[in-house]
Parts: sequence; structure tokens; C-alpha cells
Amino acid sequence: MLTILVLIPFAGALVTAVMPARPKMWAFGFAVATLIAGIVTMFTAPDADRVWMEPLGVHWALEMDGFGKLMVLLTVVLVPLVMVAAVKDHDKRWYAWALALEAFALLTFLAGDLFLFYIAFEATLIPAYFMIGQNGGPGRAKAAVKFLMFQLGGGLVLLGALIGFYVVSSQAGPPSYLISDLAQLDIGTTAERWIFVAMFIAFAVKAPLFPVHTWLADTTEHATPATSVLLVCILDKIGTFAMIRLCLGLVPEASAWATPVVVVLALISIVYGAVLAIGQDDLLRLIGLTSLSHFGLITLGIFAATREGLVGSILYMVNHGVATAAMFLIAGFLITRKGTASISSMRGLEKATPVLAGTFLIAGLATAGLPGLSQFVSEILVLISAFDYHWLVGVIAVSAIVLAAIYVLWAYQRIFTGPPQVSKKPVADLDRREIGVITPLLVALLFFGFVPGPLISAAKPVVDPLVNVIQAGE
Amino acid sequence: MFESPGISYATLWPVLLVLGAACIGVVVEAFAPRAARFNTQVSLALVGLAAALAGTAIVGAGPHLGVATGEGALIVDGPGVFSQGLVLLVSLGGVALFAERRLDNGVSAFAGQAAALPGTPAERTASQRGLEHTEVYPLMMFAVGGMMLFCVSGDLLMLFVALEVLSLPLYLLTGLARRRRLLSQEAALKYFLLGAFSSGIFLYGLALVYGFAGSMSLSEIGAAVAEDGSSPLLLLGIGLMAVGLLFKTGAVPFHSWTPDVYQGAPTPVTAWMSAATKIAAFAAMLRLFYVAFGAEGDIWRPAIGVVAVLTMLLGASFAVVQTDVKRMLGYSAVAHTGFLLTGLLGVQNDSFGSTQAVLFYLTAYGFATLGAFAIVSMVRGPNGEAGSLDRWAGMGRTNPWVAGTFAVFLLSMAGLPLTGGFIGKWGVFAVALGAGQWPVVAVAIGSSVIAVFFYVRVIMLMFFTDAHDDAAVVVTPSYATTVVIALSAVATVLLGVIPGPVLSLLVDAGGFIG
Repeated sequence: MLTILVLIPFAGALVTAVMPARPKMWAFGFAVATLIAGIVTMFTAPDADRVWMEPLGVHWALEMDGFGKLMVLLTVVLVPLVMVAAVKDHDKRWYAWALALEAFALLTFLAGDLFLFYIAFEATLIPAYFMIGQNGGPGRAKAAVKFLMFQLGGGLVLLGALIGFYVVSSQAGPPSYLISDLAQLDIGTTAERWIFVAMFIAFAVKAPLFPVHTWLADTTEHATPATSVLLVCILDKIGTFAMIRLCLGLVPEASAWATPVVVVLALISIVYGAVLAIGQDDLLRLIGLTSLSHFGLITLGIFAATREGLVGSILYMVNHGVATAAMFLIAGFLITRKGTASISSMRGLEKATPVLAGTFLIAGLATAGLPGLSQFVSEILVLISAFDYHWLVGVIAVSAIVLAAIYVLWAYQRIFTGPPQVSKKPVADLDRREIGVITPLLVALLFFGFVPGPLISAAKPVVDPLVNVIQAGE
Repeated sequence: MFESPGISYATLWPVLLVLGAACIGVVVEAFAPRAARFNTQVSLALVGLAAALAGTAIVGAGPHLGVATGEGALIVDGPGVFSQGLVLLVSLGGVALFAERRLDNGVSAFAGQAAALPGTPAERTASQRGLEHTEVYPLMMFAVGGMMLFCVSGDLLMLFVALEVLSLPLYLLTGLARRRRLLSQEAALKYFLLGAFSSGIFLYGLALVYGFAGSMSLSEIGAAVAEDGSSPLLLLGIGLMAVGLLFKTGAVPFHSWTPDVYQGAPTPVTAWMSAATKIAAFAAMLRLFYVAFGAEGDIWRPAIGVVAVLTMLLGASFAVVQTDVKRMLGYSAVAHTGFLLTGLLGVQNDSFGSTQAVLFYLTAYGFATLGAFAIVSMVRGPNGEAGSLDRWAGMGRTNPWVAGTFAVFLLSMAGLPLTGGFIGKWGVFAVALGAGQWPVVAVAIGSSVIAVFFYVRVIMLMFFTDAHDDAAVVVTPSYATTVVIALSAVATVLLGVIPGPVLSLLVDAGGFIG
């Protein structure tokens, strides 16, 4: 059944690419079918593993635990919404690539075999590259190449880790890439640390984390907001997903060994991303940089490696996905109205577009971690774990909340308040299609702000064994 | 007493078939009327190669596999037969590209009359009369025969003879381009002079190794090396022989001919040669090093490691600054030689060892490079092929299928998953890392990142850039070329998605037999 879940969007991509009439409707139909399949598979039995490439020990193995369910759900919900939002300014190629991206992203979240994970991890780059390069501003070709070079560089470093696992595995017996088999391996300390470093570099590029974050701002600035949603809200989650699944899961001792360095990098990302965001004039670039700050917090929660931290990070990944998707889409609606992403050329839009302003404010405040909105819960959990780790780390991390309030509210103030601009063309408020896209996201933000229980109970069974292993190591 | 050597025709008939077809081709050239030559030669070559390909399959599955024949001069074992089959497959594609006449207004890519000097009235007459050299088919068949022998040579003399048989036709074919003949002739001369030098050096090394071991047979040399592996005579001999083989594969510092020849040769020749020569040369190199120079490889591994590092770094870096697509692919071929040499650093074992990794890489690379050059031959301007990369801009808009297929080949060469190149790259890196060669693997990963850049840049140019005024036109080729490109693309993707059958075939083929 999980195989079908992956195959539906993949088939959809092919159909969309060749369908001469109404390709976007077909694409949307397949995205909805994937959404249904995603929900159905949560209640079905897992598939049996099949051997794929025998001499290499590679299996077609798919599995879905609580963490996987959350990520799958995030993916299958966001894709159809984004498709509706993107309908005016994207052609059918974009829709085909979006479905291909969804298929590969689902595959990474479901992969029970490291080789399979790697294939899907790298394969996501091809649709992403074309989505960035074929749609967006004049700088898109350069941004696409920069994106791909960073990601492929990280991917090739990960290939080193992949091969390292094979060498260790084949020395212990017949090679196997099943993640459950790799977790049993006894890797020497030196090899384990090298493998960790290689994996972490790859996932830090993906997430992204300082100092390998520079592609993020360029990509979000030049790509379309719809592309950015898929990149930042789904694709980048693979990085933090893999940090939990593969770094903590397969090489816990090396992860503990590296924690001080990772924590410092995460703190730099938190503060640096937020400070840069405050100073941005380009709205899309601003949102991209806020994500850098958020990914710093997620990484901090993961590597603090307490129960609260890990649960908080998993929640954060879902909530950030929803909140940032809302931010990007609203920014996109704004930009189609104004024809520019420059904040300084907007002023006083509150009166003309009250709905747009209101949704922007809710999504923005969710990003800033206002209590009652979902991101607050995850942020608090991560901050608790930061204080557990070291009080100084906690103090620095808390600054993220203050800075977030500044960049969100100041951006709101510059765009929406003040005297309205005198222009011949009145700016229209959100239409029904746009409200239809944003409403589910805002409802989710409110709902999980007050009822985070379902998310926590999904994340907890995944976190417990990880924390047990790490605490046993200490 | 002199005993005539026993020859096992049961294992050698595919090679003999190819060489026989080549000889018949020469006779056809002499006696058949001009009008009938083209069709006769093309069918002869295709039938000969296809029959030989079937032959290698039969030999590979047959009971005589792994038997030394001709007093040990030829050893037809699993990896040898696999590489022979691969050479034949690529050559079938090569014949189809050679026979392409629709791209250039009804004439082939070869010079009308090679003896006519460029720019003379004689040349003009030759092209006006629509002359063409059908000798290219027998020449190619001789080279294929040499390559097949090279893959299964069991002693030093056979190795040298096969090397010459495969090299001489290549020099000639390089110089036969119809357009830009001076460039082509210059490339041929360069290739010939450097190739002749390297053959001489190879022969010198061969003599030294014979002096050390007292035998031509690779397995007996292997026994002698196992006894005493530190004789200066041996080390010098290994070094000089390695120069000869590294030259053929285009490894740094013996690579300087590669971009010139790749650019100057007629594109069908480049397509076929870049794939087939590499396959044959690496098959011979694997056998020579593992059987004769000690499977442990402590003698030669450090030196090959250094060459591999230099080759990868230089090949990838120089490819970045190229503006001509054929030269870029030429330097990329140099980088691929480096990756293949990385695979050579591993060890042979009975599951997935060096032999398997290198041969799989060659399979994936062979199809990708054949298809890529075939597409290069279709992208043309008013004066023949549009080599300059700027003129490829915007091709993704005007010809999405052609540009998309080219992108598949480039992504395979860059080693992206779901293409054969990825499994190939994984394999050669894995065996090298398994043998503890982590510094080389680290450099290999770094070079792969550099290499990705220039492949991706071409894709960017094709898909995300607008076309210039002098943009190249994609000419519709004949079915033969289309089929070659389509099959290469399918093979490239299949090797990445379901590599299992080929991997199992390679594992079953086992290691080289002494």
C-alpha cells in the first residue's frame, strides 16, 4: 500500500506531462488522490520488504512510524493546496515536476533502506532544479544552479557515508542496507564519527544550517512562492527528518560526540537568520531567512536529545511547515497584486485588503511563536531542552522569540499600516480561491495551538527509544 | 620437439567472425561497384557484429568458459567475455552512427576523398560527386577485433599485438572528418605520434617484465611476482607498461590527446571510440594488474592511486572552462578515467569486487557517452555541427525531447541516482573504500562535485536560457541514429533503476583467471 502511495504522484507526474487538455486539473486530481491514499495508508499494514539489488544488499523497504506519518501528512496536504495557489502563474511543466517532487519526498519519509533513502534524497533535486529554473524572477537560472550545486555537493558527501556503511556491513557478513540492520552494526568509533560528519554535512546543507545556508535566501528570492513552499516546507524537512532518523538512529554515539559543535552552529543559525531577516527588503528573502532561524531551533531540539527537545522538534517541523507555507502563499498573493516583492514599495494596504492583512498577521504571529498558535508549543518544548542542555544556550535561543516578533511585526507595519499609497489601480483583497487555500492552513495553526495532543502522541513512541539509547550511552 | 598450440575455436569464434567480416569488407571494397558498397558494407558490419554478439552470449553460457587456449595466449573467462560483449554492443551502435547520412544532406560524416588536400579543387570535385569512404567499416571491424582480443589476452605478446590492431584503425578514422578537415587531420597526427610513442614505451616495459619473469604468460609472471615483488627490473617494467595503457585510457599525465582527438574526429567515431576503447583498455588493464602484477597490488596501487587523483582533479577542472561541447565531453572522459582508476584500487573477490565495479561503470558510461555524442552530431548550424556551447542555449524550449535525453546522459555521467552512472560511481567508490583507499575516495567525491557543475551548466543553458540568433538547429536524423539514442537512454535509466540483472551477471562472471 505504501508503494502505491509513492506511485500515485509519480504516475500523476507522467500523466500531467503528456496530457494535452487540462493538465493542471489532472495534476490536482492526482494530488488529491495522493492525499486520500496518504490518509488510508495510516491505517493499513506495512508492505513486505523486497530485495532490489541483491549484490549491494539494497531493498525496496517502506515503513511508516509516527514521525513518518506526520511528515507524510504534511506533504500530502500541502501539495494540493499549493497547486491551487499556483494555478495562475505556473504552466503544466511545474505541475508535473511538483508531483514528481512529492513522490520522491514521500519516498524519503517512508524509506526503510538507506540506499533507497539516498536515491530518493538525490532524486528530489531534479524536479526542484527545474521548478526553480523554469519559474520565477530573472535571477532564477543562477539561483537554480546554486541550489543544485549546494545540494549535490552535500549529496555526494552523503554518498561517502553511504559507502562507508556498505563497507562496514559487508565486512560483518552479507551486505544489507536495511536501516534496521544498519542499526545493529558495530561500527568502530573513528569510522562512526566520519560517517556522522559526512551525514551531518549533507543534512545541514539540506536543512539548512549556518554556514551552508547561503543557497536558501537566493532560492526563495528568485523562485516563485509556490516553489518555495515545496522546497522549504517539505524538502528541507528531509534534512531534519534524516538528522533524527539517521544521525541519532544509526550513529548515536558520534551524534553525542558532535553535539557541542552542532549546538553552536544551531545557535548561530537562530540568531543570524533572524537578524538578517529583520534587515531584508525583499519579502520572499525575509521569509526564507526566518526559516534559517527556525531550522536552527529544530536542530537545537534534536541534538539536545532530551524527550522534550525531540518531541518539540518533530512538532516544530510540522508546525513550521504549515506556518511558513501560509507565509509564502500570502506573500505570493501580495506580490501578484503589487508586482514586486520589495517591502519598501508597499504601504498602508490594511484598508484596501483587510483579509490579506489579517491572514498575514495570523501566519506571521504563528511564525513568531504566539501562544495559542501551534508553533508556540513546539518552541517552548525546544527551549526547555535548550535550558536543560546549558543555561547559556537557552538564553541565546530565547532571543529567537524576541527577534521573531520584531521581523514579523515590523514587516507587517511597513506593508500594511500607514497612509495608503495613491495609485490608479485599486488593490483587490483575497478572492475565494485564495481564501480557500489559506483557511485550512490557518485552521491547522489554531487547532494544533490549542490541541497539540495528537501530534505529541504520534511523535512520542518514535522519540522514546532514541532517548533511551542516548541516555544509556551517557 | 615442437608441438602446435591447441586452439579452442569453441571460445574464439566470435573474434574470428569479426576479423573475418573485416577481411571480407576489404575484398568488397576492392571488387564491388561503388553504388553497392555502402549497403553491402553496412549490412556486413551489422551482421558480423550481431552474430559475434550472439556468439559471446553463447560462449559466456557455454562449458568452455575460462579455458586457456593457444598455449595460454588467450584466456576467455567471464569478465573477458562480458567486456567483449560490451564492446560489440557499443560497436553495433557505432555502425548505426557511421551509416548516418541524413544529417548532412545525404552524405556521411566522413571525408569524400581523404587523400585530397583540404581546400583544393580535388576535394571540391570529390564532394560534388558525392564520394565517400566506405573503408571506414572494415577499419572499424579490425579495431573491434583488436579490442576483443585485448579483453582476453593471456600473455604479453598477444596484449601488444591486440593493442596495435585496435589502435591503427583508430588513428586513421580520426583523420577522416568531412568538415573541419584540418582540425581532424591534426588530431589524427597527434593521436598517431603520441600513440606510437606510448606503444614503444609499452613494448619496452613488456621486455623488462619478460626479462624479470622469464615468461610471457600473465599467470607465470604473477607467480614470479609473488616470489619476489621488489625487483627494480619488474617495477620499471610495470611502470612503462602502465604508461602505455594509461595513455589509451586518457589518464593524466598522458591525457593531452583526448580533448583534441574527441573534438577533431568525426563525431560518430568519437561516440564509438570513447566508449569502446575505454572498455577494452580497462578490461586489459584489470587483467594485467590483477593476474600478472599481484592481486594484492602493493607494488602498483600507490602509483595508480596518485594517477587516479590527478586524473580526476585535472579532468574535472579543465572540463569546467571548456566552451566546446565535444572538448567538454573529452575532458569529462578524462575525469571518468580517473573514477575508473579509483575502482582499480579495490580488490578482486567473489561477490562485488573491483572487476564488477569497473565493468559496471564501463557499461553505464559506454551507453551514456555513445548517446551523448550521437546527440552532438544532430545539433548543427550552417557549417556542420554546432560545437560551441552558447549555441545550445534554449534547446530545451525548441526541442524538449532531444534536450531532455541529453540531460539524462549528462545526469548519468554526473552520477545522479536513478541513472546507471550512479550505481557505477557507487561501485567504484565502494570497492576502493573497502580496500582502505579513503584519501582517493575523498578526492573522488570532491572531483564529482566539480564535475557536476559543468554538466548542470549545460542543462541550465538548454532549459533556462533563451536562444540566441545563431542558435543551433536540431536536424532530424535517420532511424538508425534515433534508435541508438533511444536505446542508450533506456539502458542508462534501466541500469540505474533495475541494475540487479547486470550486477548478477557480473558477479556470476567472477574474477579474471590467470
